[in-house]
Order: sequence, then C-alpha cells, then structure tokens
Amino acid sequence: MATENYRYVGHAMRKKDSMQLLLGKPVYTDDIVPRDALVVKLLRSPHASALVEEIDTSIALKVPGVVAVYTWKDVPKTRFAIAGQTYPEPSPYDRLILDRQLRFVGDPVAIIAAENEKAANKAMRLVKVKYKLLPAILDMHEALDNPVLVHPEEDWYPPCPVGGDNRRNLVASDVESNGDVDKVLADCDIVIDRTYHTRAFQQAMMETFRTYAEMDRYGRLHVISSTQIVFHCRRILSRALGIPKSRVRVEKPRIGGGFGAKQTAVCEVYPAFVTLKTGRPAELIYTREESQIAGSPRHEMEIRVRLGASSDGRIRALDLHTLSNTGAYGEHGPTTVGLSGHKSIPLYTGSLEAFRFAYDVVYTNLQPAGAYRGYGATQGIFAVESAVNELAERLGVDPTELRDRCMVREGMNMPAYYGEPAAACALDRCMAHCREMFDWEHRYPVRDMGNGKVRAAGVAMAMQGSCISSVDVGSATVKLSEDGTYNLIIGAADMGTGCDTILAQMAAECLDCPVENIAVFGADTDVSPYDSGSYASSTTYVTGKAVEKACNELKGQICRIAADLLGCAAEDTVFEGDRVRCAADGRTVSMEEVAYKSQVGNVHAAEVTATHSSPVSPPPFMVGMAEIELDKGTGEVKVLNYMAVVDCGIPVNPALARIQTEGGIVQGIGMTLTENVTYDHNGRPVESSLMQYKIPTRLDMGHLKVEFEHSHEPTGPFGAKSIGEIVINTPAPAIAHAIYRATGVWHRELPITPEDIAMSRPEETHRA
Amino acid sequence: MMTIQNYVRAQSLQQAYELLTSNRRNRIVAGMLWLRQTGGSVNTAVDLCDLGLDTMEETDDAFVIGAMTPLRKLELHPGFAAYTGGAAARALGDIVGVQFRNLATVGGSVYGRFGFSDVLTLLLALDTEVELYGAGRMPLSQFAELPQTTRDLLVRIYIKKTPGTVAYRAVRIARTDFPVLTCAASRLDGKVRLCVGARPGKATVLDLTDAAGGLTPNTVQSLAEEAAKQIPTGSNSRGSAAYRSHLVRVLAQRTLSQVGGSGNGD
Amino acid sequence: MEIKLKLNGRAVTAAVEADTTLFDLLREKGCYSVKCGCETSNCGLCTVFLDDVPVLSCSVLAARADGRAVTTLEGLQEEAADFVGFIADQGADQCGFCNPGFVMNTIALLRENPDPTDDEIRGYLAGNLCRCSGYEGQLRGIRAYLDSRKGKGAQNGN
Repeated sequence: MATENYRYVGHAMRKKDSMQLLLGKPVYTDDIVPRDALVVKLLRSPHASALVEEIDTSIALKVPGVVAVYTWKDVPKTRFAIAGQTYPEPSPYDRLILDRQLRFVGDPVAIIAAENEKAANKAMRLVKVKYKLLPAILDMHEALDNPVLVHPEEDWYPPCPVGGDNRRNLVASDVESNGDVDKVLADCDIVIDRTYHTRAFQQAMMETFRTYAEMDRYGRLHVISSTQIVFHCRRILSRALGIPKSRVRVEKPRIGGGFGAKQTAVCEVYPAFVTLKTGRPAELIYTREESQIAGSPRHEMEIRVRLGASSDGRIRALDLHTLSNTGAYGEHGPTTVGLSGHKSIPLYTGSLEAFRFAYDVVYTNLQPAGAYRGYGATQGIFAVESAVNELAERLGVDPTELRDRCMVREGMNMPAYYGEPAAACALDRCMAHCREMFDWEHRYPVRDMGNGKVRAAGVAMAMQGSCISSVDVGSATVKLSEDGTYNLIIGAADMGTGCDTILAQMAAECLDCPVENIAVFGADTDVSPYDSGSYASSTTYVTGKAVEKACNELKGQICRIAADLLGCAAEDTVFEGDRVRCAADGRTVSMEEVAYKSQVGNVHAAEVTATHSSPVSPPPFMVGMAEIELDKGTGEVKVLNYMAVVDCGIPVNPALARIQTEGGIVQGIGMTLTENVTYDHNGRPVESSLMQYKIPTRLDMGHLKVEFEHSHEPTGPFGAKSIGEIVINTPAPAIAHAIYRATGVWHRELPITPEDIAMSRPEETHRA
Repeated sequence: MMTIQNYVRAQSLQQAYELLTSNRRNRIVAGMLWLRQTGGSVNTAVDLCDLGLDTMEETDDAFVIGAMTPLRKLELHPGFAAYTGGAAARALGDIVGVQFRNLATVGGSVYGRFGFSDVLTLLLALDTEVELYGAGRMPLSQFAELPQTTRDLLVRIYIKKTPGTVAYRAVRIARTDFPVLTCAASRLDGKVRLCVGARPGKATVLDLTDAAGGLTPNTVQSLAEEAAKQIPTGSNSRGSAAYRSHLVRVLAQRTLSQVGGSGNGD
Repeated sequence: MEIKLKLNGRAVTAAVEADTTLFDLLREKGCYSVKCGCETSNCGLCTVFLDDVPVLSCSVLAARADGRAVTTLEGLQEEAADFVGFIADQGADQCGFCNPGFVMNTIALLRENPDPTDDEIRGYLAGNLCRCSGYEGQLRGIRAYLDSRKGKGAQNGN
C-alpha cells in the first residue's frame, strides 16, 4: 500500500501542459483554427413553448457576408440524443438539429453562417419568424401527466428501457428497495421526514462551448471541439447528420474546463451541419449568455427523505423519493437521478436495515439539464446528509460520532450500491482525521463574536463512483520511439484535470523511466484507441488500468525484440527500464538499440493497445467540515475555514488531487451560497451572465485545507479510485448544518441567501 | 454589443459638448465597461481621455476629482482615505475587481446615477458637488434628481472637506457582486445624513440632523427604525423589498452608531 | 479609422472600426493569450496592460489605445516565467483558460506591491475568476514564489 515504494505514482509533479497554459500559448479551439472560418450563430427562441408557424430568411440572406441561413425545413428528420453516453444511450432520442416545435427559451430556431460576426448578428435580427405560442410547463411539480406535452412527437424514442413515457412528460421512473422499509420506519424511535430542493446550477467553466468544423483533405468532416467525449461525439454527429461514422473525425485540443458540461454535445451539430452543407470551415463559439441559457446544467431535484433511527442514533431506514427536472430535452435525465440515491444511501450501510429509492424524471419547458460534477450524487447527499445532521441535532448527539456508529466500513457489502463491496474504504479514518485537523471539538460549539456575529460549524460525508460499472471502457496505446522514449495515446480527455500527466506517471512507473520520457497525446477519434471519454470520475480508474495493462504488454514485446538482438530466448530476458538484460550471461542492450531494432527487419509490434472495463465502481469517500461566521443582522455568511479529508485510494498525483478537491469545494460553496437559478414568468433564465450568476471569487471561499487518507483499491491502478466528482458533494450539507447551528433554522433549499437567513425564524421546537 | 459609428477624442470641453448636444445618439465614453453586453447604437462616441480629467487633487478645503478619474485612484488616494476614515475603500473595494476599477470612472459612476452604485451612495453622504460644462456647479443631491435625459457634460466632482465622520456598509451575496443594499451615514459639521442605495433604486438621502439628538444608542435605534419605514425599497433578483427594508434598519443602525461614535460599523 | 499603438514594445498600425474592442484587435494581431470568458466585464480573462495599468481589454475601445502602449502576456514571457512555475508546482494551472489574465494581474500586483499579504493578494486578484482551482493553490503558488524571492534576496545579501 505504501506509495513511497513508487517512483512516480503518488508523487506531486507539474502537469505536462503547465507552462504552455501558464504562458498563454495558443492551445485552445479558437486559438488554433483558421481565421477565415464562417462564423456560425444561432437564432434562439424567445418563448418557452412555441411552434414556428412561418419563417422567412430572405431578408437575412441579403445581408452582405451572410452565406447561409438554415431552418427546421433544411435539417434531417432523424431524432438523436446529445448526451455523451455509451450506446445504446439511456437518454431518449428527442432532438432534431432544428425543430419546428420550440421547447425552452433559447431553443435554436435558425442557424446563420456568415463571413464575420457583425454580418451574422445583423442577419439574426432580420430572420422573420411568426411564432404560435403554446402553453408551457415551467414548474416540475406540474409536469407529470399534464395534458400539455413537451414531447408530443410520434418519433420520440428511448434506446433503453428506463421507465419513460413521452405521453406523460416522463423521461424515466423506477423504484428499488431492500428490506421492508415501511416496517422498519414504523418501528423507529424517530423519523425525520424532510424535503430538499436544489437548482439547475451551472458548471460555468471559463471556456464556453465551442466547436470548429471543416472538410479535411479526404473530404471527411473534421471537427475540433472543446469536448470530454470525442468518440460519443463522433457517433452523435453521424446520427444527427445522417453520414457514416467513417466520414467523421473528432478531436479535442486543450479544453478550458468542463465539469461535465462538455459531456454533452451541446454545440457540435450546428457548425458541423454548416460545413457539411457549405463545404466551408465553420466555427461556433457560445457567448456566456448562451452557455448560461442553453447549456447543460445540473438537474434540478426535489428529494424527500424519510430517515428512521433509534433513539441512540442508529440510522435504521432510509426512504428516498427524487423528482428530477430534465428540462426540455432528456440528456442524462435517466442516469443522474440514480446517483441521488445510489451515492447517498450506501454511506449508512453500517447500520441500515432497509432502504427504498424511487424516482421520477420529468420534462419541462426549461433549459435542458445535463451532467455536472457529482451528477445527482450532489443533490442526494445534500438531502441525506442534511437529514442526518438534523437527526443528530434532534438527539443531541455529536454528528460526527453519530456517523461513526452508522457509516459504511471497509469490507462491507453495499446493498444500496448495486450490491458492490467497499473493498477499499477509509471513511472512518477520514472522519477521525478531519475531526482532529479541523479541531471539531472547539469549532463545533456555537461562539458569539459580538456585533451580531456568530461562529459555527457543520459536517458532511460523501461518496461517488470511479466509473460506470460494466459500461465504461478505457484504452491506451503505448509505443516505443527511436530513442527509447514512449508515446502514450489516449481517448480520454484532459480538461484541465491533469489526466494526461497522471496517466504518464503510471506509464513511467510501469516502464521504469522518467515521466518526461512519456509523450502523451489525446484525444482524436482517428488516432486514439477507443475510450468512453472523461466522465463518471473514470479516467484515473479505468483508463489508468488500461495504461498499466498496455505498458506491461509492451514490456513483453520489447523483450521479444531485445531477445532477437541478444540472441537469447525472450523468456530469458529482463526488462530494466533503460535496457534489457539477458539473464543467463548478463549482456544488455539499451532501449535505444531495441527501439532502432524495432524498425529494422522486425516482426514484433513495438506498440500495444490495451483496453479495460470494470465490473465494479469503487467509491471514493470524503469528509468535509465548514466553519462559518454568520451575521445575524444581515444574514451574510462568511466561510472561514473548509477542511476535508478524502479517500481516493492512492492519490496518483497528490498536488493535482488536492487542487481537484479544493476546486470542487469552492464550486460546492458557490451552489450553497452565491449561485442562483431563477426564471422570469416566461421561463427565461434571470442569471444569464456572470454578472448575475455569481460563481465564488477568491474573497468568497475562506481558507481551505485538504488532506488524504490512503486506502488500496484492489481493482484500481496502483490502488487508485477516483477524485474528480466526489469533491463537490460536502459543502452544501456542511454549510447548511453550520447555518442551522448559528441560527436554529434548517435551510432545505439551495442556494441559501443572506435574505433566506435574515428573514427566517427558528422553527417549531424539537418534537421528539 | 453596442455599435458605434464614429469615435472622436475631444480636444476641448467645448468640442465635446458640441458633439454631445449635436445628435441625440452621440454619447460620452467614460469607463467603457459593459460594451459587449450593452445593445443600442451610438452615432459618435466622444472620448474625454485627452482632456486631463483623470486626476484627483486635494486642496485645503476639497478634493477635486476629474470626471475621468478611475475609481481605483479614488480608492487609493491617501488623503481621501484619511478623510473618510476608510469608508472610501469600503465603498469601492468590492466593485468587481482592480482591472474594472482601473477603467470605471468617477464621472461615469456619478453621471450614470445607477441604482446599484456604491460610489453614488458614498458621495451623497459627503458634501459633494458636480461641475457641469456650461451650467456650472450644483450639489450632487440636486444632480442626482435630474432626469437622465439631460445632455449634460460632467467635468469635475468636488468633495468638500467638511469636518466630520462618514461610515459605509453594503450587503452583497457574493463579495464582488452588485450590492443588495448600500448605506452610508455621515455627520459633517453637525449635520447628520443617511444615504441608502441599491434599494434597488437610486440612492436616496435622509437628513437626520434635527432628529439625531446626539446619536445615542437610543436615538440611533429609533432613527434606524424610522429610516426603514421611510425609505422606499423594491424587489429584484438580489432581494425582496421586505429584506431590503430590514437591511435599511440594520445598516442604518450600524453606520449611524459608527458616526455617532458608539460602534465600529460591523 | 487607423490607430497606432505600441504592442508588446513594437509599433503597430491597425485599421479598426469605432466599436472594435481592444480584445478583438489583440486577438486579430495574434495575441491569443487574451481570452474572453464573459461579455459583462466580470471574469478578468482578458486582462492586459494599457500603459502598464491592468485593464479588461473587452471593455476598452481599440481607439482608446491609439498612441498608447499595450502589453499582453506574449510580451511578458520572461517576467511571467519567473513565477508561473510556482503555480505549476501546485497544479493550480488546471484548465489554464483563466491563467493569462491571472498571470497578468499578478504581475501588476507584484509591480505595485512587491511584498503583499495574503489578503492583499486576494483583494487585488478578486476580479480574476477561476472555476477549476478553488484559488487556494494559486495563493500557495504566489506565496511560494515570494518566499523563494526573499530567500534569493537573502542569499544575494550574503
């Protein structure tokens, strides 16, 4: 288990692209594409629900510089999904490139292609549209079985059976249970029955959605896009455009952040369609407003938790019902909701006797949701962890000690987590470690600071997965270069996370060479081996294992080539990093000699592609603690300290794991305190810019401290699990807890604004 | 994106004024913020950047601030910081960021008379006058009430160094966001003023000189209650009218206590 | 209209429209380090120096830069290289999209205040948004750079 035995894994090192990024080199989509590409703009619906009755593009087409204007009449009639998921996708095929029916404020009405932005913008104003307004569903509570249908079309198609029915505005529905939850609840000393609400928070990555398309020298469609999912993107484009996959190539350059937003092909089809029609290079860059109103935010969820416990603080039953709002289209709707239960209930495997988890996912005429870091777990954990904190406060038990009694522990089987085992679980150590680091004993008690200011603390636990079990596929190609260095080629997407570097560290460990000797490339559908893409926290765990496999196989190939040079049997050779030795007589050949030999009269491939998939998705675990100062007069909350301890197995690169954690915590603080999502009465998002949607600045997050507890996941590369998503899950329940401690009021809806705090009064006294 | 047909750097105030008044769609360019999000079309953008109006001078009895002085300069001016007892930094320091405050001008902030303006709130609590080209000087409080449609050319701002104290406090959901409410209180030469902005409407001033009675904890409490009743508030995405009225009471109490010498403004 | 400016120390002449922003001009001139993250003067990604003062290039008319000096990260590679390695050591570069604006404004900070406190750093850089790093690693990186500079200063003093 000790990482000190490794030379590269478990060591902090700079990202391979660090200096390029920090010195501002041109490495992102808009930096590397030709300047003369057509500018693509989308005319968007001003209505939440409408039909395009008439559309006249003739005047727009007369604007000098305008090349084309496309409407619903011009596009293929095959429905598709833009969710980046393994085929057959759980998300319904409910989209057209342009639809005559418009389903949210921002739904595209026309595609405009022009020689420059000014012309495109001018033409956009000159497209004449006559809309027939339709009734809209703007409240998710009213969606199910409403006679108004968001998707009345006959050709709505769910590739997977997920319990959906477009005639009911239902995208997915299911219920599962273990044990007799009603019976156990009836037998409990105390039942907490509460409903929690979280909004459609935005990833707000700094680089908005953007895609460039051109016809390449073979007449194929070449797409350069800021995407986490090059292979899914190729498949989506092929279906949407009605051209074979062999005619599509998708690559990603550096990506300016994703957080799941770019796990959906939000904008790719539009410039690709323009290029296919005009034969010309075309680029579409979403404005921040477009990213905010027509992106792929978190699913709004309302979660009812019924938590049953004994009076000594043993959590015996959990009954969850989640209502999830997928918005106007179903991307990731059927899958995000699952995590609201699957990644919250198992935290209490230690004491749970029964659970039930039921959900409905509904369509509304609001912005379609998608994948955002945490993917439903964030919402579920806010609900369950808040209920657990409320239980502890009702019982007067320290909430960390209550959790010690109930939490999942290493070696347990988790019935609420597909029956998978907690083979590596340091959650108990995370709690003990965090309690000490945070000085819980002294910070948990409420402290009056005078002037109406109060200091208080809160706690939460979290888990996530490390892939989608038995679905996600990771691959790696490793090949030997002339000088004995290597190329590592992947289809996973480094979106700033540092996976290129982490995977190179693993390759260097396997191949016993410096990390500098591993050149990484990714991702390009023409070049990279197949990979589902970077999502579901899977890259380190799944693709990492593929790297390990590929390197080990390549060592065998290298030995075979060396054996020819040494004149001995391959079985008698020893791979020693920079050389191969003949065990019998000690003679060696350098890696460079082997490499050159691989190019002369050689029949052993000096490259290997390996693929991996996992039947399990080992959860990482985490404990987070927040200390706040709350102004009782104004309701302002200042986060003073946020401390967390994470069990991600082995942090492959501790510096990057720490930054992932800190970044996730601050996003979590944002959705708890500063980021809001509201709509006007027409269903238009109010927070449509960074002027209105307030992601935290460095003055809003206090001081962060992150440490790790190691565990060893037997199925992971070098014992690693995942880190990318779990890190966003603890701030909301921990801060809500601290606010309760300071004010006596539980806030069950996010965000919790100063107004919510200042204007609410302590609830009914505890009725035990 | 705002479209602009012509750009002229005025070489004199007279030229600027003539350009401004010659066409309804001519505009003065000040800080230039929010160019990309602002729609509309401008015929001639008149830039005052060559007129030496970006300086701030301290005389024996006033601060004389050119209309093109960046907010950052006002924030960092040692004399102004000393005179306001730190209230200037408090009012200016949370406005978006340093780069923004290097562009945004005092003149633009005052001329715009924006509801959310920290600057207007603070300056209304001080003895501030504006100098308009042609029309001469008038109290800021009077200028603030003029309709936005007048084609005035704002040249300078004068803040008199009337002896006294001023306190500033704003509530923000996120630190560099627009404020939910701004509040400044001052006691200058015996005159007590309470100024509340981001109501969300434009900042408004209450003269409390007669009612202040020495600003004891008791009078402060009742003045704050009274202010909350008197000052009209409204609702927007950052807060409801009821919450804003609550904040008027809380912030008035704190700022008045501070200028009364019985609190630190927190 | 035609404008003349000094861009990264070189005299440049450009034909611009009255409403061309400095941001658009700079990218047209190949300064791709200058990024756009919003349209509302909020994110700080487009930070450049106008006569050595950090400003948002999305909020400056190109015409305003006529006769003045504009500096982008392309023109400050050596000064930046001095300290960005410390950010890289923290892994705080992350996606990198906000880095140029952050690096520019940090340079501005350190020119103005060579020995800032943590609060001064946070305050000065508040207008530089970052969605990846959580900011703490950027602060550690700057702090490590300042410490190393002090160390060097002490050595030089010996």
